[in-house]
Amino acid sequence: MTALETAQKLKTKFGDLISEPAEFRGEITLRVSDADRIVEICDFAKTELGFDYLTDISSVDNYGEDPRWTVVYHLRGLAHGNELRLKTNVSEEKSELPTVTTVWKTADWHEREIYDMMGIRFSGHPDLRRILMWEGYPYFPLRKDFPLAGKPSELPGVAFTKSAPLEGGPFVTAPGGKDAIEREPRVRTPEE
Amino acid sequence: MATVQDIEIRDSAARAARATEELQDVQGEKMVLNMGPSHPATHGVLRIVLELDGEVITKADPDVGYLHRGDEKIAENMTYTQFIPYTDRLDYLAPLANNVAYALAVEKLLGIEKDLPPRCQYIRVMCAELARISSHLLGLGAFAMDLGAVTVFLLTFTDREKIYNLAEAISGARFTTSYTRIGGVMRDLPPGWLEQCQKFCDEFIPSLNEVETLLTRNRIWVDRVRNLAVISKEDAIDYGLSGPNLRGSGIEWDLRKKQPYLCYKDLEFDIPVGSVGDCYDRYLVRMEEMRQSVRILEQCIQKIPGGADNKIKEPVNVPDGKIVLPPKQNVMTKMEELIHQFMLVTQGMNCPPGEIYFGHENPKGELGFYINSRGGGTPYRMKIRAPSFVNLSIIPKIFPGCLISDTVAILGSLDFVMGECDR
Repeated sequence: MTALETAQKLKTKFGDLISEPAEFRGEITLRVSDADRIVEICDFAKTELGFDYLTDISSVDNYGEDPRWTVVYHLRGLAHGNELRLKTNVSEEKSELPTVTTVWKTADWHEREIYDMMGIRFSGHPDLRRILMWEGYPYFPLRKDFPLAGKPSELPGVAFTKSAPLEGGPFVTAPGGKDAIEREPRVRTPEE
Repeated sequence: MATVQDIEIRDSAARAARATEELQDVQGEKMVLNMGPSHPATHGVLRIVLELDGEVITKADPDVGYLHRGDEKIAENMTYTQFIPYTDRLDYLAPLANNVAYALAVEKLLGIEKDLPPRCQYIRVMCAELARISSHLLGLGAFAMDLGAVTVFLLTFTDREKIYNLAEAISGARFTTSYTRIGGVMRDLPPGWLEQCQKFCDEFIPSLNEVETLLTRNRIWVDRVRNLAVISKEDAIDYGLSGPNLRGSGIEWDLRKKQPYLCYKDLEFDIPVGSVGDCYDRYLVRMEEMRQSVRILEQCIQKIPGGADNKIKEPVNVPDGKIVLPPKQNVMTKMEELIHQFMLVTQGMNCPPGEIYFGHENPKGELGFYINSRGGGTPYRMKIRAPSFVNLSIIPKIFPGCLISDTVAILGSLDFVMGECDR
């Protein structure tokens, strides 16, 4: 059974909840329209379709678009070797979706990381704490509106209080931003 | 007449279980012990909050993130090529393998991974296998040293030194190699490198045999690691372990075999798997993997297109000026090459919009890159799936019931590196 066939099976089972499989570079992506039902789909994929291994969960900040968050699940079946990517969107107001730790235990730390970096909460997670940043850190650093230099904070010792050397430097290429000629500091008039 | 006698194995897991039983009558208070972040056995900056009942661990809570540098945030703000040096610093014990993994991920996004010249593929395989040996040697040396066998550490570091010399010869740097480029490698192998590599292979196997005689049947070593921290097949899959830790639990999963990339399908090698899933199995799997890596290296030396000095000028980069920097002399004399160089340096290569995930069999496990591109020279989002991060998440499961002196053995057998875990 190929990855596409398993994807079709998932599509037949859940119907409109799941989009048509999209293929790019040999990888199959399925979009799940309702984030609240992700557990049900993952559970079916694990028990019925043999996707016993969760490779990774990651998140994307579609800043300026609605819905703002995309959570991406990478599923793999060790027995058949197929891979599947599930994507689901979460709105900024809600910023919450159910946890899949009940399906795969490895989701625990991946979800903690997403909460830490993006601020998306996972309801039902057994231990939703920050993991890479420290308890009490006030921001979510991987959000697109969080500057590369960090943000000042009233709390002493929390977040950066002055610009990190990377910000605005000649080696920073912002997506869709200025190119290196415009960024070259020697030809730029000082702004501050 | 010979007699057969049963000897009770004084394994630490049974010892710990018995100790817990005995201790149940003693109404002792539980003690919380903070191990790390700077503790020699944590190989970096891992902190574990242990709850102890006497000497037996009842709860363990790992605390990671002390080495967090925001690599994923940085990646969003630079071109794909500019990020290569950052990959050196992920698993800093195997920078060459990280370079290969990252380059392959971006090439998958560009759709050129099938067009890589064969010589480049062989060079990259050799880099990845040298990195595997180097990483396993350090993991093994530190593991043994933490349990008191300092000699092993000195032996393995002698061999690592030779690998560093090989890395220096190809990239100019011993540690932070940054050797690969998107679409190829920085430069071809220097003259005489293959002979040096063959010399290393010849010298390495006797040295590994010496380590093997020091440890594999050593009573003290076996007593310390056998039946300790057993990870069942189900747990290993459920917790998403990868690399030698997954194979130590008896699951034959190796990305080099299951999803062959580069020229691995043309090479012969075996995948060692454990049978019990204890620390001893993980140790044995790593020992055998090093032997298999040498096997791969020797085949590569024999089969590499172009041979040692590449007289027939086999290319090492894809012939696409929009991806690989042109030779400098052409930039200086030709218009088109000048434009390509200018565009590549100022804006990076033009990647198509889309998303890919590429997993590479790194020494520590599956190093994966999820790249979400919206077109252009920078990734919109890059997630690094770090094997050490995932492998460490099993600590709360396997630590309880073990003795506190076993923590160093378990941590050594998991073989993690914090630079990759914390990113």
